Amino acid sequence: MTRDIAVVAFAQSDVLRTTEEQSEVEMLMPVLHDVLDRTGLKTADIDFTCSGSSDYLAGRAFSFTLALDGVGAWPPISESHVEMDGAWALYEAWTKLLTGDADTALVYSYGKSSPGSLRDVLTRQLDPYYVAPLWPDSVALAALQAQALIDAGATDEPALAAIGARSRAVDNPRAQLKGDVPQGEYVVRPLRTGDCPPIGDGAAAVVLAAGERARDLCTRPAWIRGIDHRIEAHSLGVRDLTDSPSTRLAAEKAGAFERPVETAELHAPFSSQEIVLRKALRLDADVRVNPSGGALAANPMMAAGLIRIGEAAARIHRGESDRALAHATSGPCLQQNLVAVLEGDPR
Amino acid sequence: MPAVLKAPLVVEFPFTRSLGPVQSAFLSGLRDRVVLGVKTGDGRTLVPPVEYDPVTAEEIRDLVEVAPTGTVTTWAWNHEPRRGQPLSSPFAWVLVRLDGADTALLHALDAPGPDAVHTGLRVRVRWAEDRVGAITDIACFEPYDGDPAEPGGHSGAFEDPVTGIVAAARLDYTYSPGRAQSAYINALSERRNVGERCPSCRKVYVPPRGACPTCGVATSEQVEVGPGGTVTTFCIVNIKAKNLDIEVPYVYGHIALDGAGLALHGRIGGIPYDQVRMGLRVEPVWTEGGRFPDHYRPTGEPDADYETYKELL
Ligand SMILES: [Zn+2]
Repeated sequence: MTRDIAVVAFAQSDVLRTTEEQSEVEMLMPVLHDVLDRTGLKTADIDFTCSGSSDYLAGRAFSFTLALDGVGAWPPISESHVEMDGAWALYEAWTKLLTGDADTALVYSYGKSSPGSLRDVLTRQLDPYYVAPLWPDSVALAALQAQALIDAGATDEPALAAIGARSRAVDNPRAQLKGDVPQGEYVVRPLRTGDCPPIGDGAAAVVLAAGERARDLCTRPAWIRGIDHRIEAHSLGVRDLTDSPSTRLAAEKAGAFERPVETAELHAPFSSQEIVLRKALRLDADVRVNPSGGALAANPMMAAGLIRIGEAAARIHRGESDRALAHATSGPCLQQNLVAVLEGDPR
Repeated sequence: MPAVLKAPLVVEFPFTRSLGPVQSAFLSGLRDRVVLGVKTGDGRTLVPPVEYDPVTAEEIRDLVEVAPTGTVTTWAWNHEPRRGQPLSSPFAWVLVRLDGADTALLHALDAPGPDAVHTGLRVRVRWAEDRVGAITDIACFEPYDGDPAEPGGHSGAFEDPVTGIVAAARLDYTYSPGRAQSAYINALSERRNVGERCPSCRKVYVPPRGACPTCGVATSEQVEVGPGGTVTTFCIVNIKAKNLDIEVPYVYGHIALDGAGLALHGRIGGIPYDQVRMGLRVEPVWTEGGRFPDHYRPTGEPDADYETYKELL
């Protein structure tokens, strides 16, 4: 069964350094209400719900179950969860809609990094035998990738600084860092604070709908023309860190290379990773990259990838773009990559 | 409103992990100052070795010794080492391709400063004094300007191989339960049970979490419930919990506090375990300095009528 599926609504929270006055569900609920209000749907109207979050951020097992209070989980609903960025929850919801089992889906994700030490927490996703016992943190691993790019002549420190400055010079009221942010000192050389994403708490939500249902709910749906995700070998020393073959393959399978896109929302938490992604995705200089500011302006864990899809879709909803690409990543040095291609109806 | 509560939360886990044949050989080798790689079908040597070819997914088992000397393929200067990292003074993270290997190993390089490090730098393994069969048996790498070391041709077979590792980890958090649960816990410190009423369905949640799971809306109106309540269901516990000073058998029950829209959990005491029943009327018992009721005991009132609590089961 072939059906057209679209993003019909997107909402996100402000991204803040800390939201300690709110529990996860208290942070998430306004976003869920916001996204449903945009479609006029009630929680009872949603056929399938899928979320993304991580117990390691919360420091508690099954932490996502408490967030379910925010979606009206009684009487029982059809629901699923991924221990990943919400972009992968969106992928699961998209496949569910493709099967015809559901016509509408609510996808949400959230992460509070403020309770823990994020650089330490993220080491726990590494190979537990050879790598995790050394506690290499997320910035250190990205710095190895950045140095490999510099050695290959693909970039230099001023070029990296320019990516950070461009990303933060955007008008995004939800962003955590905006405007003229100093490039700062080295965190792990060659990366400076300006090359690294801010650490923050935030949430995002998207509504998907199939076929005519999408047209009922949104004046200009953002049709998902293709979506695919791929993964690299887990051992960093096996990979060419200056390239991202998994992103390229996902983009090819999602149809990204069939026609040029006008906008690309890239999930590049570190400035150096934008260099890798631009090359893998063959983005010309005239493609508008990260008009939202991207992850260098706000990088709420588990939500930043879903936000890329949401921001790309919102540009189509507003008529600011006809064909947009969204990318999400997870893991060290762009280990896992998801690419979605979104289009509005011809005008 | 009192401030939102905060408390330290430490999560520690010593995962015991078993090793497959290839990882066992590699870590046994490090214990014995031998570095082993594994050969893929197309003749490449992977160090550190894995059990399946990352390209073809074919099983690979052909172990081969490589040299403890090698070349830095990329690096990053870490001027502020963090807890658990290999060196406590500033060092470089490095990927090192050992002589005889086609892939690189992640570790630390002991060097005086970033000016002493570059891609292409020749390095050698510095072995840890006490080696147990773990990646940390390599203490770090150090700069080396000699010839490549000659590997000894080890077969990869060990008389007493390492078969597992203990992957210890500790993460530190500052836990905050948020607005609704902070209010609940603060009220408990005054020996009051305070729930929150859903503005839509009017149900009173205790403990409140800030949302009505039926309506998916925020709750905010605070409602004091109890102190008395009714046992809606219960079980008899016959296994003594570790670090819990309660004689078995004891009774654990669901108690619907008067005015609450759902039951909460609690131990039921002050009555022989085989006399606890549905409908039993109970009240909380607080101990000196306790932040929550120690248990619930019978009030002596007549049992509640089933009709009054059947919706709360
Ligand atoms: Zn309600």
